[in-house]
Amino acid sequence: MMDPILQTIGLSVQFGGVAAVRGVNLCLAERELRCLIGPNGAGKSTLFKLLTGQLQPTSGRILFHGEDITGDHTHAIARRGIGIKTQVPNLFDGLTVREHLWLAARRTNPRARADAITDEILERVGLGPQAGGVVGRLSHGLRQWVELGTVLAGNPELILLDEPAAGMTHDEVARTAELVLEINRTHALIVVEHDMQFVRMIARTVTVMHQGAVLVEDTMGRILKNSAVRDIYLGKHGGA
Amino acid sequence: MILRRVSPGVLVTAAMMVGVAVGAPLIVDQFQLLQLTVFASMCILALSLGVVWGYGGILCFGQSAFFGLGAYTYAVAAVNLGESTLAIVLSIVVPAVFAAALGYFMFYGRLSDVYLGVITLSVTLIFFNLTNSTAGDAYRIGSARLNGFNGMPSLPTFNVPGNPGRPLDPTETFCLVMALLLIVYVGLHALLASHFGRVVVAVRENETRCELLGYDVRRHKLLIFTLGGAIAGLAGSLFANWGAFVSPNVFSLTTTSQIIIWVIVGGLGTLVGPIIGCVAMQYLATELGTQQLANTSLIFGIIFLAFVLLVPRGIVPSLGALRARLFGARERQGAQARRA
Amino acid sequence: MDLAAVLTLEVLNGIASLVLISVGLAIVFGMMRVINLAHGEFLMLGGYAAIVATNHGVNIWIAMLVVSPIVVGIIGVVAERLIIRVLYGRMIDTLLATWGLSLFFIGVVTTIFGNTVAGIGAPLGGIAVGRYSISLYRLLLVGIAAAILVAIYAMLRTTRLGLLARATMENPNMAAALGVSPPRVYAATFGVGAALSGLAGGLLAPISGVLPTVGAAYVAKAFITVISGGTAIIAGTASAASLFGTVNQLLTYLTTPVIGEAGLLAAAILLLRVLPHGITGKLFRGGL
Repeated sequence: MMDPILQTIGLSVQFGGVAAVRGVNLCLAERELRCLIGPNGAGKSTLFKLLTGQLQPTSGRILFHGEDITGDHTHAIARRGIGIKTQVPNLFDGLTVREHLWLAARRTNPRARADAITDEILERVGLGPQAGGVVGRLSHGLRQWVELGTVLAGNPELILLDEPAAGMTHDEVARTAELVLEINRTHALIVVEHDMQFVRMIARTVTVMHQGAVLVEDTMGRILKNSAVRDIYLGKHGGA
Repeated sequence: MILRRVSPGVLVTAAMMVGVAVGAPLIVDQFQLLQLTVFASMCILALSLGVVWGYGGILCFGQSAFFGLGAYTYAVAAVNLGESTLAIVLSIVVPAVFAAALGYFMFYGRLSDVYLGVITLSVTLIFFNLTNSTAGDAYRIGSARLNGFNGMPSLPTFNVPGNPGRPLDPTETFCLVMALLLIVYVGLHALLASHFGRVVVAVRENETRCELLGYDVRRHKLLIFTLGGAIAGLAGSLFANWGAFVSPNVFSLTTTSQIIIWVIVGGLGTLVGPIIGCVAMQYLATELGTQQLANTSLIFGIIFLAFVLLVPRGIVPSLGALRARLFGARERQGAQARRA
Repeated sequence: MDLAAVLTLEVLNGIASLVLISVGLAIVFGMMRVINLAHGEFLMLGGYAAIVATNHGVNIWIAMLVVSPIVVGIIGVVAERLIIRVLYGRMIDTLLATWGLSLFFIGVVTTIFGNTVAGIGAPLGGIAVGRYSISLYRLLLVGIAAAILVAIYAMLRTTRLGLLARATMENPNMAAALGVSPPRVYAATFGVGAALSGLAGGLLAPISGVLPTVGAAYVAKAFITVISGGTAIIAGTASAASLFGTVNQLLTYLTTPVIGEAGLLAAAILLLRVLPHGITGKLFRGGL
């Protein structure tokens, strides 16, 4: 492929005796949408933590736009253009929705432009009516969208979404899938999800992780038919 | 944009400060004016912790360290220079530099909550112990003897800049302190409404999310902590000037605890709260100190216990909640109308 | 050689002293995360209890080892039920309330006993070691401090009570689901912490005398020791006390007591910089 936006080479991290992530080689193209699935404990969220600098790998490298970002600080990596919606939402419970987006936008934009971006994203994610609401009091689904909007407002080139559909109603899930596809027109994304309905709505290439390592990487169609994947994961759900 | 509107509360408080600054010298006698002067100086100290803890989320148990450093810096500088202007400047700069060093040490070492509290407490107690042991002629900085636990008496008081022969009289001093209080109060509000201030508050809310948005959390904590140290140092010089005296007690456990109590009683998370808490507690202490009916500690103890049970969030937030309940219905209707 | 022996004893005294003043707080803060600013006053009350009892004819050992812990333990349980219980999880309120409690105790004691130092002589006298004379009582305190640590460890580890306490601290809802009453456990735990502080206060009374305001001298060091120790209660307190006690006493011997104090504080600062979660912070997860 042309220069990948993200590349990991033999990325691993160990806690005591447990290898949470083992020798992961990932390659993501510009504006690619990758789904990352796997059973609990497969290392998906841990991989995200490595990519955002929240965890330091014990071996391997991470390249962003060809530059080695292994071992960089979290905020430095964020500045390079990687944003993440974490598994357990990380939000400012005491601040309003508007302030979330504003803080994200304001870091790289002057005040007027930040205001404009805030209004744009509020529209786009459908949070207009809640703009003045204190985030700590919002429902779970709304909080997920607030976090998504916050990440978007910072305009990172690569967006990591860790279980964006978790705890959402069916309608909310569909809306989120729409949003993700729309975001994909201008950004690269890696999405971790357990909700297979959701994954099917957005999937192109899917990477399956198991026990810290990549098991297989393929299109959604072929993944569903892969017996190894069935065995570790889809099999338990009784298939399609 | 909500961030640009000046809150009416700030305007009211600022107006009241101006009113007190102008009116008090005309109404009260000199003794009371001196009382008000030290109250106002301590309010500046309260504000320093109010912003560092209430907005920055940094539980600093040793704010008295910067206060005391400011007081002693003023003392040493004023004695050596014979003129107060540079001494005041130094009393802000020295604690600020120390706060920056200590802050770097702590925040870049990823220290937080109780552990940070322990370190800051230890720092102020170290100063307490060290200054207590500086009795004797050997302990002097320039021409200023530190005098250990006896303290440094007869300090030169503030004079008109450039004119050491012309000290400020009580009214001028009072007005100066009130002006400084006003500047610090309004300045802090402006800072908290700025981009930097909003990030500081966000850091308090969720450090991780701040970092994930690209903000260097350590740097923001360091800056706000340093600012708090500078403001506390200024208060220290005002205190030293007020009594023309400084002693190791500025570093004591009692002093550092008092600052914390002022902020809690007034209301953590506001700026006017620490001011109110400080004035209320100081006034109470003065009044109670003169009566013989019951032990002061006993009375204060009961007051605080009652306070926690009745007014747990502090004076200002509780008043705010009361106001919201009384006027809340109307405000909600108004907000809905605005959104429509 | 005598000097080395005496110095070693001084160091052990310093460590024992820190252990005694900290162990009650290690229970209350270490297990319940309650920042009890009245901790110093529990020690003070223990001292007064011992002195009053002794002055009324009670044998000094009974006064220190029985009367003090019981009196202060009861006071602790009452305080917990009336005040602390209402404030679990609310740190700032707890700070203000316990500060109020501290002032209250100081006020009450000052009103009853006045401001003068009360004292009882240290029992047991001294023995000669070369040119120096050491206090047998202080030697005994070293043994008692060690015994207390061992006893608490044993109680928490091996008895059912200890297991219930540890379980409730970890997960009160689960404990309640299993039939344990968390409020009772909290009251008992706080009471034990208070009793230990009372015991320590009683034991230290012959050495340092008791003033209503003596608590201030204890509380800062106790907190610094407990927090620097980290999450493991016994191991943390023991190791922190050992480190700080050694630094304190050696510096005191080499320079002055004031420098010794400053050294203890500096050691705490450096320690926390290197180990941001205390000595046993990350190492001893779940351990004691």
